[in-house]
Amino acid sequence: VSTTTAPTASKQAGSRNKVVATDRAIAENRLGQRLVAPALILMVLVTAYPMLQALYLSLFRYRLTTPDDKGFIGLKNYGVILTDSLFWKDTLNTVIIMVATVAVELVIGFAFAMVMHRIIFARGLIRTAILIPYGIITVVSAFAWQFTFSINNGWVNAWFTWVPGISSTTNWYGDHWHAMFAIMVSEIWKTTPFMALLLLAGLSQVSEDMLEAAKVDGATAAQRLFKVILPNMRAAIMVAVLFRALDAFRIFDNIYVMTRGAQNTESSSFLTYRQSIEQFQLGMGSALSVLLFLTVLLLAWLIVKFFRVDLAQARGEG
Amino acid sequence: MLVRTRSRGATSPPGRSDTRRRVAGSLGALAIAAGLLSACGGGSGKTTLVWYINPDSGGQAAVAKNCSTAQYTIQTQTLPQDANQQRVQLARRLAAHDSGIDLMSIDPAYTAEIANAGFLAPIPAAEQATIKQQSFKGATENATWGGQIASYPFWSNVQVLWYRKSFVQKAGIDMTQPVTWDQIIKAASDNGGTVAVQANKYEGYSVWINALISGAGGSIIQDPGAGVDAKVTINSPAGVDAANVINELAHSKAAPPDLSIAQEGQAGSAFGEPNGAFMVNWTYIWHNYDTTQADVAKDIGYAMYPETVAGKASAPPYGGIAIGVSKYSSHVADASAAAACIIKPDNQGVNAVLTGNMPASSGGYDYAPLKKIYPETLLQLFQASLQAAAPRSITPYWSDVSGALLSTWHPASSVNSHTPAASSTFIEDVLQGKKLL
Repeated sequence: VSTTTAPTASKQAGSRNKVVATDRAIAENRLGQRLVAPALILMVLVTAYPMLQALYLSLFRYRLTTPDDKGFIGLKNYGVILTDSLFWKDTLNTVIIMVATVAVELVIGFAFAMVMHRIIFARGLIRTAILIPYGIITVVSAFAWQFTFSINNGWVNAWFTWVPGISSTTNWYGDHWHAMFAIMVSEIWKTTPFMALLLLAGLSQVSEDMLEAAKVDGATAAQRLFKVILPNMRAAIMVAVLFRALDAFRIFDNIYVMTRGAQNTESSSFLTYRQSIEQFQLGMGSALSVLLFLTVLLLAWLIVKFFRVDLAQARGEG
Repeated sequence: MLVRTRSRGATSPPGRSDTRRRVAGSLGALAIAAGLLSACGGGSGKTTLVWYINPDSGGQAAVAKNCSTAQYTIQTQTLPQDANQQRVQLARRLAAHDSGIDLMSIDPAYTAEIANAGFLAPIPAAEQATIKQQSFKGATENATWGGQIASYPFWSNVQVLWYRKSFVQKAGIDMTQPVTWDQIIKAASDNGGTVAVQANKYEGYSVWINALISGAGGSIIQDPGAGVDAKVTINSPAGVDAANVINELAHSKAAPPDLSIAQEGQAGSAFGEPNGAFMVNWTYIWHNYDTTQADVAKDIGYAMYPETVAGKASAPPYGGIAIGVSKYSSHVADASAAAACIIKPDNQGVNAVLTGNMPASSGGYDYAPLKKIYPETLLQLFQASLQAAAPRSITPYWSDVSGALLSTWHPASSVNSHTPAASSTFIEDVLQGKKLL
């Protein structure tokens, strides 16, 4: 069975580009631009100012509590950060958390999306039940999971003693990998519904006609999944992975609540927080946030490249 | 047609940005409402002074009531429990010129940082003279920055060695003579007891390390006034002596099982256990067991802080709280008058009775009700300890020094004779901005 996809937008867009735009289309476009201009200008003002300010501050030695000691030091902050082992350790932690959580969420999220898509009874109830974790504030869910894994009053140690490696005295916050596991479970529980929601949107676009045609041709369930459903959902999967990967890379709340960065569980965002908020190192903190911004940008670019789908097409803009 | 449906689906992830905007909107509305409310509060004629206090058992609130006058009422607001978080909240608000803080309780370790940043209103010369005259020398030193007294010393805490009388009797140690760390660790491990200390990755562990180094005649930093160029002197025989004590305890049977996460509270619990033997802790421990473990309360003895090196007098840790008046307060004159009232010896006494945090002046120790609830010899020990106490280095960069110290000295079980050398390089690099902390 060969892979079947619906005619792609890019092909259509390509053919549409050849058509000479009419006067009406040009006028409509202009009106559209004028209508979004105020919002665009406001957004640039609100987002560009702090970004430029951070870029500027990152070139200074500047500490909130020693204002007299402020001085221009060029790219020295970046040099310090990029040669520091702590920065790379935290970046590695963040990448591990991102890859592991997004991978697990993609699988569970897809299963949830299938359930939400195919369910025929109590549809509203089941869809709502699946979405509940996403409606809970991250700090609250982090506390709930912190108690869950707690050695004193958590239920994980009590219920899972039959699993090798878990006993009633397992200290989940006592070493690196146990703590990382607890943080990742909390993160996955909290954000899988978001993933499921995005995938559900993609799932509902897979044409029933194609699925029926595949069935008639004798394709098995697995073949229909891998050759029809998934290829036709590529754009939705990409958006889901992109959103979640960028979110996961900025992980902060769970770590702050569960370990406070102890046992080497610090993430890039947490390091930035400590430098700028706890140590008042505005210069160093700004440099870190600029680097974090660039990393997120790079990540977005890589994901878009990897899935070979352009965002404009995913959004239906020809 | 198919393509169109598809695209619409993919563009509609749930409105995250919408939610954020809505949240931002509500926050904005809340901020405006709060602003209006506080404006209303100011309109009643009588000034309200807001005093940001560290959490305690009601001592500061009682003093606030005592010092409220016909002109102003002092209202307390509670800061977070953790000393560093208190510092973060105060400094962030002050850096934003928050006029909502009039008075604040500052940990002596951070007075230099906050004063150096110019957040504190200068103290009138006459008041400075009063402070100098009434306060213990260490309290005044800790409150001084740039040659001026920058904060009003309110209470002075000091650590002493607490022991279980029944245990030392069993172990046969003479507690009337100064004891060394080595002596109590050996006595505890030989007789099935524990030595409780503070060794979690927090300020309290820096306090212990600093006391051990000072007790051996050394210091972490030599000329703290030089800021980032201060000379780091932790890599010295005194530093090695301190590391050896920590190493000895961490690898001894006398170490409580929760040593690596022990703060004052955990140390207090370990001391209350049947195998509790020795503990170094602050003054307020004396009444800690009165209601919960009366048998332990009867069994507590006290002595001078242990010596790092035999024969060399120990340097007990110094702590406490000083009152700062914010430069950005709208009522600096009233707030200064209130601060002067708060640190009156009798008010220091009121606070000491309620919280166990001892006065910063000998006048405070004369407060009659205080003498009723503490034995005379204990009050004398506290004062003698304060005279011998070693403050943490008075530098605006103390939080960096302390953080770098904790990064290299925690957990206690990893400390060995090479730790001082490693931490010396790291502290220097952090101060110079060459390493991330």
